[in-house]
Amino acid sequence: MTRRALFPLSMLAFGYAFLYLPIAVLMVYSFNDNRLVAVWSGFSTRWYGELFRNAQIGDALWLSLRVAAVSATASVLLGTMAAFAMQRIRRATGRGAFEALAMAPLILPEVLTGLSLLMLFVMLSEAIGWPAGRGATTITLAHITFGTAYAIVVIRARLSQFDPRLAEAAADLGATPWRTFLRVTLPLLAPAMLAAWLLAFTLSLDDVVIASFVTGPGASTLPIVIFSSVRLGVSPQINALATLLVLGVAVLIATAMLMLWRAERRSAP
Amino acid sequence: MTAPGGRTGATRKLVLGLPLGWMLLFTLLPALVVLAISFTEKRRGAPPFTPLLVPGEGLLPELNASGDNYALIFSDWLYIQAFAGSIRIAAVSALITLLIAYPMAYALARVREGVRTPLLILVVLPFWTSFLIRVYAWSSLLNSNGLINSLLLDAGLIAEPLPLLNTEFAVHLGIVYSYLPFMVLPIYAVLERMDWTLLDAASDLGARPARAFFRVTLPLSMPGIVAGLLLVFIPALGEVIIPELLGGSHTLMVGPVLWNEFFGNNDWPLAAALAMLLLVAVLLPAALIYRLARRTEVAT
Repeated sequence: MTRRALFPLSMLAFGYAFLYLPIAVLMVYSFNDNRLVAVWSGFSTRWYGELFRNAQIGDALWLSLRVAAVSATASVLLGTMAAFAMQRIRRATGRGAFEALAMAPLILPEVLTGLSLLMLFVMLSEAIGWPAGRGATTITLAHITFGTAYAIVVIRARLSQFDPRLAEAAADLGATPWRTFLRVTLPLLAPAMLAAWLLAFTLSLDDVVIASFVTGPGASTLPIVIFSSVRLGVSPQINALATLLVLGVAVLIATAMLMLWRAERRSAP
Repeated sequence: MTAPGGRTGATRKLVLGLPLGWMLLFTLLPALVVLAISFTEKRRGAPPFTPLLVPGEGLLPELNASGDNYALIFSDWLYIQAFAGSIRIAAVSALITLLIAYPMAYALARVREGVRTPLLILVVLPFWTSFLIRVYAWSSLLNSNGLINSLLLDAGLIAEPLPLLNTEFAVHLGIVYSYLPFMVLPIYAVLERMDWTLLDAASDLGARPARAFFRVTLPLSMPGIVAGLLLVFIPALGEVIIPELLGGSHTLMVGPVLWNEFFGNNDWPLAAALAMLLLVAVLLPAALIYRLARRTEVAT
């Protein structure tokens, strides 16, 4: 490295410190015995103990996990379909309109997505009686909508790198379209589908704005509970919860990314 | 690559129809509903707004639209300042993010290939961990009895806690922190593809490193810079969580104002009108990024 590269490299180090230090401090102080978060008075796991006895947070976590799992799965299915459909649309204007519609949830502000879906659910419920109430179902529907947009981006990127000759070869060897899809296309697409599922899952697990709009009485997801608690101020219990959440997601994602990276390196010529 | 049922049939219709139907029902229709409700008036009851169509004299219903919500927004300083505040804060934050992200992306593009992927994963990883928790982490650091203030007080550098939280500074910090990966990645993508021998050519022709950077590297990284600026500016414009947790009541932005109109005042029509205006504000930068993405798609 030349002397010239010193500035970018130190900025890189600074950038990583900036990205990771606040979370690291939060994690360390989650083991602080003191109720005042910034005053260290000894190591303790008391906040974790209180956290595990907190039934409200337990219920919220369970609801969030259910919503995230269902909406991520549906998002990947819809996103895969949409990615294939996009390749098929021949006319540029039709494809452009479809793309714009599919990508809209990525660009629209969350407050608009949340407000508009809530208003839709209220109008639909008045007009046809469905959805009957608001809660887990409406949150799931909302999360599928933005999850699909992210899934399309990830799956399309993979789909565009495909060699169409592979499917042609399978067809030449006598495979039916379904067999070709299941034995050739799907295995090649699987890593992207896994990445899309994880993305949709973590985004759903993190959403507070949209869920706040479309939820109803009694259905509070984990981010809604965290948000309403931290608006009142810093709480040691939330520090403990945040530590567990960040570690859980980080381990999950880092493992998945390294697996995908290794798989890619192995398959590369 | 083809999906099954490629030439004929029900599968093909399903593959297009199901996602398309979903998007029409849950993306396009809701936007139209908000547009309609933004022209109604608030009332007590369920739903808390007046019907847009009322029974007319003949068979056709009559339109009962009111532009009062928009008139109010454009005549009340609170709303005008909220929009101006959002645009200013989003723009300034995007520029600060650029200043931090550019050298990072530059370094990432120049490091050995072997360490590049782990380093890139480290940039992307925070994006996957909870946004809410990352913003919360700053609110606990910036608090008047938070870590930063206690360290400064203990060191004797300040006599009383600095007002860090509930300031516009804190909002800038939160946006830069949350959206940094959005800026690093597109700039890195451009720099990684750059032909670095161009710099050797510039140096051979007598350009000093600084001149070569400003005349060669910087112009070539413009597509990444513009993409990064827009990717930070667009979500920051409608941001709710960052101003709510870090900005306090002094920082006026559209997101929290809309939030309060809806959840605090139960004023659905006004919230709908604010949402439509926010949409208009987002559409221009969004159209820019769409064009940019298409151009790079064509180029590669």
